[in-house]
Formats: sequence, structure tokens, C-alpha cells
Amino acid sequence: MNMIEVENLTKRFGEVTAVDGLTFDVAEGEVFGLLGPNGAGKTTTVRMLCCLISKTSGDARIAGYHTDKGADSLAIRKMIGLVPDNVGLYEELSAVENLDYYGKLYECPKGEREKNIAYLLKMMDLWEQRDQPVSNFSKGMKQKVAIARALVHDPKLLFFDEPTVNLDPESSRVVRDLILKLKKDGKTVFLNTHNLDEAQRICDRIGILRTKLLTVNTPEQLEKTIWGSKTVIQVEEINDRILAAIRKRKPQDLGVDGNKIILTLADPEVENPDLIRAIVSAGGRIQYVTPLNPGLEEAYMKVIEETE
Amino acid sequence: MRLSKAWIVASKDFKTFTKRRNILYSIVYFEVFISIGLPFLIRFIANKPSAVALVPAFMNAFSFWFVIGASLLPVGIASYSLVGEKVQKSLEPLLATPTTDEEILAGKSIAAFLPAIGANYVGAVIFAVLADLFTYRQLGYLCYPNWNIAVILFLLAPLACALSVGCNVLISSRVSDARSAQQLGALVVLPFGAVYVLSEIQVLTLTTSHLLIMAAVLAVVDAIVFTLVKATFKRDEILTKWK
Repeated sequence: MNMIEVENLTKRFGEVTAVDGLTFDVAEGEVFGLLGPNGAGKTTTVRMLCCLISKTSGDARIAGYHTDKGADSLAIRKMIGLVPDNVGLYEELSAVENLDYYGKLYECPKGEREKNIAYLLKMMDLWEQRDQPVSNFSKGMKQKVAIARALVHDPKLLFFDEPTVNLDPESSRVVRDLILKLKKDGKTVFLNTHNLDEAQRICDRIGILRTKLLTVNTPEQLEKTIWGSKTVIQVEEINDRILAAIRKRKPQDLGVDGNKIILTLADPEVENPDLIRAIVSAGGRIQYVTPLNPGLEEAYMKVIEETE
Repeated sequence: MRLSKAWIVASKDFKTFTKRRNILYSIVYFEVFISIGLPFLIRFIANKPSAVALVPAFMNAFSFWFVIGASLLPVGIASYSLVGEKVQKSLEPLLATPTTDEEILAGKSIAAFLPAIGANYVGAVIFAVLADLFTYRQLGYLCYPNWNIAVILFLLAPLACALSVGCNVLISSRVSDARSAQQLGALVVLPFGAVYVLSEIQVLTLTTSHLLIMAAVLAVVDAIVFTLVKATFKRDEILTKWK
């Protein structure tokens, strides 16, 4: 079952198009990442999906509810949790008071609310500081409270908008581990980020957004489809006979870097064994054969550059 | 609109104000001035044989301070309540909860309205008791309660308070710091201050019928202001157009 279904979703602010014709879906229990540079429309997308701003055209449904219908939008907001890019906590209030306030707004019954707050604060290692004003907390601690706030009513779907921005590496790791725990617990997570490493580690699928959705795929497939399947063959010494043997197999592209041959074949898993045999027959002494993994960052940069 | 939701929003704001002493102190100082300071001024006037005849007029004019108070006291609360949310960037998570714009607006309005009106009523009781105590011997009758102060407290003061809350919501949507909001919000007091000055210099007599006419005009102004507030307090506007 799809938790999020988006069809041709568009948002314009006057003459400016912030989001243009997005179409994608997110399955229940999936962690979906939206990658894109600043101003790409990531926050606008999340705001539309969370019923915070209206769409200009298109359609967006959360668990079958339409985001732009009054009664539906209340039902959606009841089942989602949002961690915005700014934590937006009440600094004078304690962690417990902040969470209790949101628990009430999310219509969470008293007993359940108290149980959830205790569980979340203990899980986030904030139980000892629960009665301190949030203004005394570090950025990482505040981010944890903001995540706890989004979880206080045990939502099915969570939206994270740049959750690790401005956090130190240790706090970022805590947040990432939390998202992975949510994934394990079967929650659906929609993550806005421009941290590629984070997206690669956490997300089941990634969409690259730059006003338009440029591509959607798993991180591995994204690298593969954007870069093709490259193989690196390191031989003791390269000579013309070896290169001629390779060219006979008609690679899509062939390059030489020192004693490394870098080539792209349509189906490397099928073609590589014969290719290696041909190189050995041509007198080549193979040292290593490895797939070239340029990483998500390279793939992302390539997609973004292609749109410029 | 669910009042229970509005009450949750208001209760959180009450809790915040108890932790912000400057807001509490501004209410207490003002109420001490009008509920204790003014009766002592009346006592001073009443004790001068040549000025005794002026005492009822002074008492009548001084009652109007409760309208001024009702328009002034919500300024600090209302401006902090909304601009504070903007500064702390807490409007986005708040709007993401299953709470309607009207419920949030009602909660914010209640949070500014109730403490201001409550403090005003407490101050009015102290003022009336002290003023009667200080003037009974000279006047030979109890000046309060009377119809004027009843219209002031139960019609004009709530309407003035509502106007102040409404104007502060509008102002809060256009400014980004609480101080600017308070400075602009305090301008709401000016027309009421002008009425008070005119009554003190006896250009305008605050009769019950005059006060009722003022209340009717204020009710119309309130209706206009709250129509504008409703149009301004929309989540689309808040997240994309509010400064």
C-alpha cells in the first residue's frame, strides 16, 4: 500500500514556480529521501504534503486522504509527525511541557501521552533533563526534543526536513540512528536532505529534485543508471594486443589510466568473464577486476549539472 | 471550531507568560496604578473643600482608565504570543498538528484577552471599593457601582480588549520582533486616551448614553478588524507571507 501518492503536484508563488509537476509515491514502511540543492522545492513539497500550504495544481494523497480537503487535512495531520528544518520549540518550557503540549494538540489521551513522553525522553537520553527549560539545551538535544515531539502521538508517517543540518557529527549520527530505528519499527519516513551520505545510508529510494523531480530510484540503481556499469581492470602492463582484444568486444566506452583499463559494457556480469579470458589470451596478467563505484555524490552532481 | 483545542493553545501561552516576568509585572504595575493610585488621587481631591464638587466628575473620568487598561494590557501578551512563535519558529510545527487556524487564533486571542480583562476586573473592584471608601464621607453616598462603570467594564472594556488583540494579531503578521509589535500595538490606546483627555478637560461628558454609543461604534470596528484578522491568519499566509 502506498502511504504517499503525488501526481503532477505544482506550487507557484506568483510568477515563481517552486515545485513543478511532481509525480511519485512512497510505500508504507519505506524511507524516501528527497535530495536537492537549496531552493529546489524540498521544503515546499513537505509543506504541501503536511497540509501546511495549498497546492497550485495536481494531487497529493496521504494514506488515501487528499491534502487539500478540510476534513481530510485534519485526518492527515493527525497521522503524521513533522520535524521542520528549525526545531521551533518553546524555549521557556521544559522538554516535558513541550511534548505534553503537542501530545494534547495531537489528541493523545493523558495516560498514553505520559507513557509516550517518558519512553521518548528515555530513548533520547533526555530523561534526566526533562524538567529543564529547553533554552538550556544544546542544538543536538533540541533536535532530539523536536523529533520526540513529532513522535509523541505515535504517527504512521514522519516528515524530516533537513534533520541534521547545523548538527555536529555525533548528534547527526544520533538522528540518523533514530531514523533507522523508526524504519525498523515500520514507520514511513519522508526525508528532505542535501546530505548525500545521509540519504545513501538511510533511504530505500531517493528522488532528486530541482523544482522538477529529475529522477527517483534506489541509491544503488541511481549510481548505476546515471553512471552506467563501469569495470576497472588492472593489468601488469597494457599493450596494443590487450586493447585490441577489448575493442573486439565493443565496449560502450573505454579509457586507460596508467595500468588500469576503465570500460563500460552493456551487461558486465555476463560479458566480463569472456572479456577477462580475452585479455589473458592476449598475454595480459590481471591484477584486479573491480566495479567502478563513483558514489551517490557523483551521480547527484551529474544529474544536477545536466539540468543547468 | 473546538473550544477545547483553543483552550490547549491558550493554556500553553498562560504557562509561558508566568515564566516571562516582564509581561506579568507590566500588568501588575498598571493595575496598581489605576486601582490604588487613582483612588488616592480622588481622596486628595475630596479632602480639599473647594474641589469636593468636582469629585463625581473626576471619578467618572477615572473610570475610563479601565477601557484604556483593557486596550493596553493585551498588547504585551498578544504581541509576544504571536511574534514569540515567529521568533522561535514554532508556528510550522504548531500548524502541522490537527488544529485548525481558527482554533489557534481563538487560543491566542483567549490567552491575551482573559488575563487582561481578569486583571482589569480585579483592579476595578479594588478601585471602586477604595474610591467609595475615600469619598463617602464627603459625598454622602456611594458613587460605585453605577451604570457608567457597568457599561465601561462589561461592554467597552471587553470590546476595547478585543480590538487590541485583533490589531496586535494584524501587527504581529507584519513585524518580526516583539518590541516593534508592542510599540505599534500600543497605538491602539491612542483613541481611548484621547476620549479620556477630552472628558478630563470637560469637552466630552462621559454619560451612559455616550458610552453606549462608543460601545456600538467599537463593536462595528471590532467586527471589521476580526474579518481582517481571519483573512490574515491563514496557514498559507502565515508560512509564506508573514515576515
